[in-house]
Formats: sequence, structure tokens, C-alpha cells
Amino acid sequence: MFHEVGGGGGGGGGGGGGGGVTDLTVRQGANQSAEEGASWLYTFIIGVVGLFVDLPPTMTSSIDESSKEKMRSVSVDLNHDASLLIDIPDALCERDKVKFTVHTKTTLSSFQKPEFSVPRQHEDFIWLHDTLVETEDYAGLIIPPAPPKPDFESPREKMHKLGEGEATMTKDEYTKMKQELEAEYLAVFKKTVQVHEVFLQRLSSHPTLSKDRNFQIFLEYDQDLSVRRKNAKEMFGGFFKNMVKSADEVLISGIKEVDDFFEQEKTFLLDYYSKIKDSTAKAEKMTRAHKNIADDYIHVSATLNSLSADDSTANKKHLEKLADLFEKLRKVEGRVASDQELKLTELLRYYMRDIQAAKDLLYRRARALADYENSNKALDKARLKSKDIPQAEEHQQHCLQKFDKLSESGKKELTSFKGRRVVAFRKNLIEMAELEIKHAKNNVTLLQGCIDQLKNN
Amino acid sequence: VFDVDVAVTNPEKVVQFKDTSLPMFRSKAFTVRRRYSDFLGLYEKLSVKQSLLGCIIPPPPEKSVVGMTKVKVGMDDPSSVEFVERRRAALERYLQRVVSHPSLLQDPDVREFLEREELPRAVSTQALSGAGFLKMINKASDAVNKMTIKMNESDTWFEDKFQEVENEEQQLRKLHALVDSLVNHRKELCGNTAVFAKSMAMLGNSEDNTALSRALSQLAEVEDKMEQLHQEQAASDFFIFEELLADYIRLLGAMRGCFDQRMRAWQRWQEAQSTLQKKREAEAKLLWANKPDKLQQAKDEITEWEARVTQYERDFDRVGMTVRKEVLRFEKEKAKDFKSQIIKYLEAMLQSQQRLIKFWEAFLPEAKAIA
Repeated sequence: MFHEVGGGGGGGGGGGGGGGVTDLTVRQGANQSAEEGASWLYTFIIGVVGLFVDLPPTMTSSIDESSKEKMRSVSVDLNHDASLLIDIPDALCERDKVKFTVHTKTTLSSFQKPEFSVPRQHEDFIWLHDTLVETEDYAGLIIPPAPPKPDFESPREKMHKLGEGEATMTKDEYTKMKQELEAEYLAVFKKTVQVHEVFLQRLSSHPTLSKDRNFQIFLEYDQDLSVRRKNAKEMFGGFFKNMVKSADEVLISGIKEVDDFFEQEKTFLLDYYSKIKDSTAKAEKMTRAHKNIADDYIHVSATLNSLSADDSTANKKHLEKLADLFEKLRKVEGRVASDQELKLTELLRYYMRDIQAAKDLLYRRARALADYENSNKALDKARLKSKDIPQAEEHQQHCLQKFDKLSESGKKELTSFKGRRVVAFRKNLIEMAELEIKHAKNNVTLLQGCIDQLKNN
Repeated sequence: VFDVDVAVTNPEKVVQFKDTSLPMFRSKAFTVRRRYSDFLGLYEKLSVKQSLLGCIIPPPPEKSVVGMTKVKVGMDDPSSVEFVERRRAALERYLQRVVSHPSLLQDPDVREFLEREELPRAVSTQALSGAGFLKMINKASDAVNKMTIKMNESDTWFEDKFQEVENEEQQLRKLHALVDSLVNHRKELCGNTAVFAKSMAMLGNSEDNTALSRALSQLAEVEDKMEQLHQEQAASDFFIFEELLADYIRLLGAMRGCFDQRMRAWQRWQEAQSTLQKKREAEAKLLWANKPDKLQQAKDEITEWEARVTQYERDFDRVGMTVRKEVLRFEKEKAKDFKSQIIKYLEAMLQSQQRLIKFWEAFLPEAKAIA
């Protein structure tokens, strides 16, 4: 869905710009933020192009391929079932609070209308995730990981530094730094939209979860969900979540496994999780360093321009050309950083969370096994005492059934998870390699051009 | 047209020559051993001699207590290696600038430095530590600022040029700091990439899908190669770009020094004129007081000082002309120098990017092979 907002420039993609943002309206906030000396506040209204595989042909042609690619980083094979199509076509960011517009198109009769949109906050997504996790019936499923809270800490810090350093920069330099800052805000913003969208699409493409009543409410209910959220909190009190966090490692590793498949999965997932968590953190650091270099290029370019402006000798044009080159190089470097982030860091981060969700499934199964073993012990005790045997037998049967159901469903889920992971990695690694090559070729052209110009003078 | 090429190779700071077709040299190509203090000694000699003439003397790289201590202790760590290379390259550039200056090449001290087997140990080079050198420049500036009689420039060329030089030096310092920051960030990227590569290798080992495991290991190898590229780029950022800026910050300092020499020459001339005036007044007083014996002495002194005034005026004009010539020559050389260094820097960057392309192109089929 190609959504135009305000007087933004239309047309496809950024044409090699920071990403496929088609329109970006940045407005000065009505209340100047007084926090920490920051002198301006932005309100972003972003029209985000609908991202996915199944866009009608007429739409795809008007959207820059690379911008589509950029945004569609970890979602694979989602949102292609026409019976329930979900996307987040736009979002509003005000003082770090993000309001997502969740848009649904459906042919299912369980919904009141065939097409509708509702505004949702991040907390609403968390509520939905938590209610799914706490639903007994879904214990044998991998619940798609909750999207992380929108985190504008990094660009906010940068904005603060920029405000402080304003006096020492030339006007041009300041403008360019502001541009970079806006690009960074935008990148964080796009990331958070994407990650919330993917969460919903994982649900809509799951045969069981897509039918969940709360999911439907989330999509359809046109009032504020905050009342429901509060009730949910009261019911569960966040207790379960904390329990899971602290207990799962111990329980999963401690239980005696009866099934080879699960034994292998357990070993694999525990190990893989710690490795991928490490890789995610390291990838993030790498990206940060790239961004620092891009920023340095801005300052170098600005100072070269100052030198060139005051130079009356033959050196003037050398400095000018070099200043110009650095300005162009920094754009490429910025893109290298953001592409690496999207294709690599975000990929790793997403699957880290997904693996956590898989581990949670193992935990629930391990708990069911523990319950079953306890019920066996209880049955033995009852038989010994010749007391309450039928109840004990019933309880034991119940536990066994639950355990078997979890095992069966769990096996299916974990197997398809494997496939999903491999496909996503393949896609993203290919895209990342292609983008690295593209940007390097761009650099080569820029460098060769500047060298030729210098030599011919 | 002559060609004198000097090269400084480590570690004993051997100075080599190639292809000199100048008749003044004994042979075409020869090698001598020099210590760092010898280079400083040469600079000191040239500064003293040439200071009255208005030449721009290229300054050598500064002393560095920290750097040298490490090297002396025999540490093999990368920062020591870098320091040694940095000094070697800086000394080479210093010598090249000296020999490409037509007047300096004629200087007997320069020839002695290049040719003589053993040089007497240079003493009193403390003054030429980095701080010492700056002090020298600033002392000259202070002397100029303290001048009570302000120069009335009929030609604003000198004033304008001096201002230009000061501004340029300031901007170069700023740029130098920025490039230094760039070098550090590049080194950081280097380290982060190495760490990431290891992490990726571990992940690849953990991965149970065979093809994906292989691809992740290959990715780790690519990132290892990237680390190498980043390291080379950081070296290029430093040795070509940053050092170019450092050289010219020093050279502009030297240029400011020679403007100050001109001011001192003017000052000397003015002081001589004022002394002459006093002598004439003294003579007049003696004429009045009718002291014939002292009168002859006074007349002799007047003659002496008249000659001095004439000499100093000539000196001042000559220094002015030399400074002008030097500045123009310097500007030409600077433009050439910047152009060639910038091209060198960009060509290195270009090659790096081309290698980067090859690495990722080799990886692509591995990624596509994942099933």
C-alpha cells in the first residue's frame, strides 16, 4: 500500500538514499523540549511503503527494489495468505512514543468488516504476546517473540551532542550532521515498525494462532486497549514471565530426556542461543564504528571546504575536490552501516529472540514432563496407601496427554522453525553480500572519478 | 635540471642516494649512516645560518620521549613498529624537502650531512624537541609584538599573506585532529570486525544445518579479511593523510618564522636609524660645547652607523624579496605535494575497495548454496 503523507516527495524509494522512505514529514513539535538542553523536538510522520512479497504488480513497479529489500529483512514467506493480510502502513512518533496504524484486510467472516485500521501502542503488542504465552492451549507452539520496545536512545544522545557542538561547526557541517541524525532516527523508526509488523504477520500466518480471540480483538477493537492491558496485568501479575526467565535454563538442562529429537534440540538451542547473542552484540559494535567513520567524513569534508575557500593558490581545487569526495563517500559509508545493521545485526537479533521463544517451548514441555513424572510418583504413593487411586490415575493420564500433545506439536514447530531460520539467513546473507558489493563499486567509481580529475588538472 | 633522491631506511637510519647527476657530489649513489640527532643538528645549523636570509627551512619531526623509550626497550608491539616507521618516513620527507630547495642544496652543511662518512655528534639539540621548536617560533613572534614602532607597510602583501598563513595553520590543525579521530575510529572498526569474525566462526560451528554452517564460517573468513583491509586503510589514513597535514602544520610554522625574520630585519634597520639619529644629536651637542677631540670620534661613529643603516636597509629589502620568492615557491611545492599525496591516498583506498568487492563476490555463491 503506497501511502502518501503531507507534502512529502512522492516517487519510489530513496534512490540510494538511507532507505526506502518515500515521504518524510518532519515537523517542529509544538512544545519545545526542555529536557537536557535539547533545543528542538521532531515529530515524524512517516509513510512506510507496504513491504511484502505479495504486493500487486502495479504497486511493485513504482517502488524502488532496494528500498523494498531493505525493509523486508527478516520476514520471509509471511503475509501471502489473502484471507488475512496485515501491515503497518504508517506510524507516528511523538517524544519517543510510537503509535502504529495496524491495517487489516480479510476475507474471513469472523471479522466484522473486510478492511479496517486501528491505532496501537507498543504496550498493546506486549499485552497480546503475553496473553498468547499464558494460554495453555498454545503451550506446544513457538510463540513469536515480542517486538522490543522502540529505542531512540542512540539518536537522542546524538541529538544532544549535536546541540552542544553547534557553536563549533560551520552551518554546512551542522546541516549535514542534522541530516545524518534524521537518517538515524528514521532508521530506528523503520526498524521498530518492521519488527512490530513481522510479529503480527507471524501470528496471521500461523494456522492456530491466527484464530486466537485476543488477536482478533487486537486487530479489530477500535477503542483503547489500555483497560484490557490493566486487567491482564492484574490477572497474571507478570509473575509467570519472571518465573520463566530464571527457571528455564535449570529445568531444561536438568530434566532427563526421553526423546532423542528433543535431547538434540535442547543441546543445540542452548548452545546456539549463547553464540547468537554474542554475535548480535559484536555485530552492533561493528555497525557503530562504521557510523562513526561516516560522521568523521562529514567533519573532514567541512574543514576541507573551509581550507579551500580561503586558499588562493593552486592547492584550492585539490582541496575542493577532496572535500566533495569525502561528502559523497560519507553517504556510501552511512549506507554500508545501515545495510549491515538491517541485514546482519537485525537478522541475528531477531533469531536470537526467536530461539528464546523456542527455548520457552522446551521449558513448557520440560515442565509438563516433570508434572507427568510427579503424577507417576503420586500414583505409586496412592497405590501403596490404597487411597484416592482413581483420582491419581486420572491425573496421571491427564499429565501424559498434555505431555504427548506438547511433544507432538513441539516437534512440528521446531522442525519448521529450523527451515524458517535457514531460509531467512540465506536470503539476508545474499542480500548483504550484494549490497556490500554495490556500495564498494559505488566507492570505486567515486574514487576513480576524483583521481582522474586530480590527474587531469 | 638535476635529480637528487634521498631515501631513509631503518633501523640505523641509513641515508641512500640515487641518480645524482650533480657535479658537486663525489659519486652517483652512496649510503651513509645517520642518527636522529644528526638530523636535528642539521636543522639547527641551517636555521642559524639561513635565519637572516628569509628562507623557509623545513623542520624535522619532533622528538618523542614516549615513542623512543619504547623502541629502546626493544618492544615489538604494533605501536612501536608504527612509531619507528612514522619517524623514518618523516625523516625521509624532511630530507627530500631540504634537497629540493635550490639554496639549501648548495649549503655546505647539507652536503656534509649527505656525504661525510662520520659526523661529529650533534650537541645541544634539546632546543629542537617539539616544545623547543615551538618556543623558538613564539619567541620570534613575541619580539615582533613587542616592537614599539609599528611597521607602515606600503605593500600589504606581507600582512595579508601572514594572516592567510595563520588562518591556514589553524584550519590544518583542526583537520589534523579530525583525521586523527578518523584513524582511531578506523582502528576501532578493525578491532570490532576481528571480534565479530571470531564470534561468527563460533556460531558457524554451532549451526546444525550443514550448508548454513559452512556459509557462516565463510562469512567469518570474509570478515577476517575485512579486518585486514580496515587495518591497511587506517595505516593509509595515518601515514599518508594525517602525516601530510602534520608536515604542513610544521612548515607553516616555519613560514611564519621567516616572516618574523623579515620583521626583525626591519627592526634592526629602524634601531640603526634611531642610533644614527642619536649619534647626530650627540655630534651637534659636541659642536656647541666646542670639544674638538671628541668631535672626530663622533664623526667616525656617524660614518659607521650610516654604513650600517644602508646595510640594514639593503638586508631588509633582500630578506623581503627572498621571503616573497620563498612563499611563492612554497605554495607551488605545497600544491604539488598535496596533489600527489591525495592521489596516493585515494589510489590506496581504491585498491582496498576493489579487494573488498572480490572478497564479497567470492562469498556470494557460498550464501546462495545454503539450502
